[in-house]
Amino acid sequence: MGRYHGRSTTVLKPRSTHEVSQILKWCNQRRIGVVPQGGNTGLVGGSVPVNNEIILSLANLNNVRSFDPVSGILVADAGCILQSLTDYVAPHNHIMPVDLGAKGRHSHSCQIGGNVATNAGGLRLLRYGSLHGTVLGLEVVLPDGTILDQLTTLRKDNTGYDLKQLFIGAEGTLGVITAVSILTPPAPQASNNVVLALPSFDNVLPLYQTVKRQLSEILSAFEFIDRTAYDLAVKHGQGRALTEEDVEGAECFVLIETSGGRREHDEEKLNDLLESLLTAEKPLVNTGVLAQSPSQFSSLWALREGVTEAVSKEGKPYKYDISIPLSTFQSVVDGTREHLRSKGLLHDKAVKYVIGYGHVGDGNLHLNIIADSYLPEIEAALEPYIYEVVASHRGSISAEHGIGAMKTHALHYSKSPVAIELMKKIKHVLDPNGIMNPGKVLE
Amino acid sequence: MRPSAIRLLNILVPVKRAVDYAVKIRVNPQQTGIDANVKHSMNPFDEIAVEEAVRLREKLSAKVKSITALTIGPAKSADTLRTALAMGADSGVHVEIPESSSSPEPLAVAKTIRAIIERKNKDAKSEEDKVDLVILGKQAIDDDLGVTGQMLAGLLGWSQATFASKVEIDTDKKEALVVREIDGGAEEIKCRLPLVVTTDLRLNEPRYASLPNIMKAKKKPVEKLTPVDLGLDYTPQLETLRVAEPPKRVGGGKVATVDELLAKLKDAGFEAVKA
Ligand SMILES: Cc1cc2nc3c(=O)[nH]c(=O)nc-3n(C[C@H](O)[C@H](O)[C@H](O)COP(=O)(O)OP(=O)(O)OC[C@H]3O[C@@H](n4cnc5c(N)ncnc54)[C@H](O)[C@@H]3O)c2cc1C
Repeated sequence: MGRYHGRSTTVLKPRSTHEVSQILKWCNQRRIGVVPQGGNTGLVGGSVPVNNEIILSLANLNNVRSFDPVSGILVADAGCILQSLTDYVAPHNHIMPVDLGAKGRHSHSCQIGGNVATNAGGLRLLRYGSLHGTVLGLEVVLPDGTILDQLTTLRKDNTGYDLKQLFIGAEGTLGVITAVSILTPPAPQASNNVVLALPSFDNVLPLYQTVKRQLSEILSAFEFIDRTAYDLAVKHGQGRALTEEDVEGAECFVLIETSGGRREHDEEKLNDLLESLLTAEKPLVNTGVLAQSPSQFSSLWALREGVTEAVSKEGKPYKYDISIPLSTFQSVVDGTREHLRSKGLLHDKAVKYVIGYGHVGDGNLHLNIIADSYLPEIEAALEPYIYEVVASHRGSISAEHGIGAMKTHALHYSKSPVAIELMKKIKHVLDPNGIMNPGKVLE
Repeated sequence: MRPSAIRLLNILVPVKRAVDYAVKIRVNPQQTGIDANVKHSMNPFDEIAVEEAVRLREKLSAKVKSITALTIGPAKSADTLRTALAMGADSGVHVEIPESSSSPEPLAVAKTIRAIIERKNKDAKSEEDKVDLVILGKQAIDDDLGVTGQMLAGLLGWSQATFASKVEIDTDKKEALVVREIDGGAEEIKCRLPLVVTTDLRLNEPRYASLPNIMKAKKKPVEKLTPVDLGLDYTPQLETLRVAEPPKRVGGGKVATVDELLAKLKDAGFEAVKA
């Protein structure tokens, strides 16, 4: 990202849980801060030291411990790269329940431990739920070196407090995750996707309802891209564009993916849906395109997934990853643009674009403000403005990217004083010396 | 030569159902071919051919009288034909072969295309119904043989413009200007219709099939034929002895020091250049 630069002098790469335990014990006794680092792909500066903490890289903890092809339960070291786990379970006809834009194409690929530590959401959340559900067990080294072995492979286990949940999304502030037990779903036998062009954002919600009803169990993604985001993706060569005719008059686009067990069945359902959409008395969509091949399937996904890359090519982005009611997606994007305009900041040399895209299915909007360069005036105009808007909708200021170092000051917009106080108490119980990832999540 | 008064174009586009290029190819255990139980789609060069035909119509409008897509293949090839229809072809011809038989060799394919053209031209009520342009892929990405277009032109005695990266047609003059990809550059040629064009990658970027066009495609006519209907015999003239995967690449190793690297290079028989 280039926004966070560490000043650490030491990186440790332990090869076993035992070594992690010894490192933490030693650091805890000497009050030395430790930053766990996975693939370093996080978007909020969580894996970068704020001072001269030691970096504890999980990269060498990278073995699969076990996989049961019947239950689909995978137990793997935290440093396993998500893509390599995907490849590992693929021959057994399973897939990982998480899939992020951060995998594969990027040289520093994210690790399963990092995914759990950030409670990463991603493209499959709509279908397979969050990691709070799919993670069955964790092995965690606590800041004093104690190993908390909760690496069970049970789907049901109601025996007291579910401690592992605390570490999912804790961003390395409570302990180091060394291994993960996770439920992998069977690989879908057939997938398809369509991109629909909508005349107005107002149609997104009724469309979502219709699509959910008609596709039911085969719906696996429902993604939203506003017109500006689409245009930028096309401009920066992310996926083959639709024809001029197809995009004419479109205010936004929706990408729908289906995955299921039988191609004919899924195609029939999808075709019925598309036909009813096109022949409706008041059509919700202008038109759309349906992938005819795996390469077109990837190309359509690239229009959505490539927005992130297009944004970085276009300028300096301010990224907000927020949860707000679906019905407010467009008004929040437009409102932000108007707000910047009223401050005289919407022009070539300041903010170039304000765009919205994201996971409609999860109520998660990526609001990006693309500037010519990072300017204090822009930042002052955006914050706390956006956080206040989010709070007014009782939304979340960080839907899936976490708090890290970037958003600690804004935590109170989404968490009540009572909740923050309790979080601090928990932190103190587990990490009384405050060595675990200092300056992250909590101030 | 045909009388020159007629200035309408009838385009035939042969399309092949091939293993999709995003799919990882695996040789079957018997080593007789590849595992065909994977995703198939239209051969990418044929997609470009369909796109070019549709673009010609967009440019020349009513002067393009018809675009016919033709496929030879098992029942599932009907999907490929539908895709061509959804992209803008008007009608389809499906020469169906059993699921179990291997795909016909280039000469058989070329003879099939010729037979279809002859049939169409025989049925033609007037000159303006005759096929005068065939656009096909320069090769299919499954067998990479890359000779069908040339054989077809030979069989028909038509002009051929292979590896096209640009096609312009003057229907009045019954002429085409084609830019061909050649080693180290481009070659511009002028040829007379009727003409066989084979497409290269840079010719165009094919469009997605839009939903309204997919719906319309369902109602477009598709004629079904068999090789026997056309008096053709697909018995292969080539025998496949064995299909094998290329040898696995052995991974590199890491060395800890420059000295170790030098020692290893020496072991492998590399000598330093004397200054
Ligand atoms: C292109 C791109 C697309 C993305 N798309 C999505 C998306 O769609 N949805 C989404 O939710 N996120 C997305 N992300 C962010 C994603 O959450 C993170 O990139 C990823 O989950 C972090 O994994 P990592 O291994 O790189 O962790 P890092 O970046 O190294 O670390 C992230 C945080 O977790 C901590 N941590 C890492 N490993 C451990 C461990 N073993 N134990 C304890 N703490 C640990 C770190 O200290 C840090 O606070 C995207 C990122 C990129 C770059």
